[in-house]
Amino acid sequence: MMDRFGHLGWNALIGVPLVAGLLVIIGIGIIWMPYDPIAIDLAHPLGSPGLYHWFGTDEFGRDVLSRSMLGARISVLLALATVAVAITLGAVLGLLAGYLRGWTDRLLMMITDAVLAFPGILLALALIAVLGSSDGSIVLALSTAYTPSVVRVVRATVLSIREREFIEASRTAGDSPFETISRHILPNVLPPVVVLATSLFGWAMLSESALSFLGVGVPPPAPTWGNMLSESRPYMDVASWLSIVPGLCIAGTLLGVNLLGDALRDWLDPRRQT
Amino acid sequence: MLSYILKRLLLTVPTLSLVAVAVFLLIRLIPGDPALVLLGESADAASLAAMRADLGLDHPLPVQFLSWLQHALHGDLGRSIVSGEPVAALILQRFGLTAAVVLVAVTAATVIAASAGLIAAWRRNSAVDLAVVGAATVVLAIPSFWLGMVLLLLFGLKLGWLPFVGYIPFSESAVQAMLFLVMPVMTLTITESGVLTRMMRSSSIDVLQLDYVTHARAKGLSERAVLTRHVFPNAFAPTLTLVGLTLGHLLGGIAVIETVFTLPGLGRLMVDSVLARDYPVVQGCLLFTAVVYVVVNLVVDLCYPLFDPRVTAR
Repeated sequence: MMDRFGHLGWNALIGVPLVAGLLVIIGIGIIWMPYDPIAIDLAHPLGSPGLYHWFGTDEFGRDVLSRSMLGARISVLLALATVAVAITLGAVLGLLAGYLRGWTDRLLMMITDAVLAFPGILLALALIAVLGSSDGSIVLALSTAYTPSVVRVVRATVLSIREREFIEASRTAGDSPFETISRHILPNVLPPVVVLATSLFGWAMLSESALSFLGVGVPPPAPTWGNMLSESRPYMDVASWLSIVPGLCIAGTLLGVNLLGDALRDWLDPRRQT
Repeated sequence: MLSYILKRLLLTVPTLSLVAVAVFLLIRLIPGDPALVLLGESADAASLAAMRADLGLDHPLPVQFLSWLQHALHGDLGRSIVSGEPVAALILQRFGLTAAVVLVAVTAATVIAASAGLIAAWRRNSAVDLAVVGAATVVLAIPSFWLGMVLLLLFGLKLGWLPFVGYIPFSESAVQAMLFLVMPVMTLTITESGVLTRMMRSSSIDVLQLDYVTHARAKGLSERAVLTRHVFPNAFAPTLTLVGLTLGHLLGGIAVIETVFTLPGLGRLMVDSVLARDYPVVQGCLLFTAVVYVVVNLVVDLCYPLFDPRVTAR
């Protein structure tokens, strides 16, 4: 039974242009930005959107468009780093748990259960409280919160294929565990991990902006969409564009990434397509 | 049934133990004297010495942990560095507001999601389905704190219909308190209904294809009876699990909404303590929310057999 709306066509049709658009904007931002995103211009504070400043200026006269462009780069890099750390660590631990089973597995599952019992954002908050707020501690805190879900997905996949004939064959052929894992198990683990990675990317981006919004994320003057929203709060009634633009950026990016993730899942998981 | 309950109860023991160890070790991760970390920079020599004796710093770490755990089990989570108040009292004082907002919002979101998801699945690929899936997908992409800001901008600042800054406790004026809570609850309801609707829709689609549904229709039951009595209970079980996970995690996620609407809830307490480096409060909040999460999920799992009796048989 084909699903017209949850189906590859629609998801990819909207998701791909949104994500591509984001990448293009980041690319342009690396080469050129309309203004210096952190240059203060006290002569033009809270300027409304217009010809010179398309998205207006903030309370320090900084160009909102330029800040949004730099914010996109910072948010995407932080989210990518978070996903990379969580996937690498989670894949190694998940492979160990699924392949070795026994006590290693039981212990790792207990630990993931315990980590998952903390609301992700609170765990990140607590770790940042200990580590201090910097780009590195944001990545570390968020990847700690996300690694358990990667461990669980990888472990479940390994458990589901480790008794299959081709794994058995690889073992009887005298392959070392390392060869069996890298040649036969990893390729099968990859599709669900790719799908999870897109979800994680969205979560990481949302959490980073939430942390920045709460004032414990990326420290100013570096702009991120989250801290731009946080700084806009006192000026909401006189300069609503300050609150609208970064929010639209976050929502547009998340929509694109989520739809791309759905499209990838439909494409990689044949069960859902039939 | 009894063995199912016992088994499920036993499963929480290792989780809760590890949670306690993690929360205990958090403070020890900070370089320096734990007594100084717990009392703050302004502590005098006498209270530092008292705290060192209290923590048993000359004892091995496991002994220190057990003494900390014993205190925690008796409701003693230490004192706030900033206000000097007992952490447990601070948490309980803030928890009521947060719990009220979360419970009302999640109940509303569940009702919306269960009906919208079921109807969308029933009329799959129709305009209604497109609208439900589209709305759920868009809602999933909107950060709760931004939605809150937009609502605040619209209903608070532009239209002036609702109060938005601060909060009046229920004990002073119930009507005022509820007016202050309309927007936070609305924000959370909208945000949470997205993922629940998608879950309900996909599990309803699976259930609608099962033989017993065809059989119920063949018996001549009305569509309403098929949907409410036969499809709903089975399709709702996975959504209920997700509701449990959501409830537990919202205690953290609501921090941003409490910030937008300046509500004195538990999430805000945690954020303020992080900003003020008030470690005993951070530690207490973390332990409290994790325990609430485990307990909520325990309760949800124990409710599961009501919807799916096969669970107890496994």
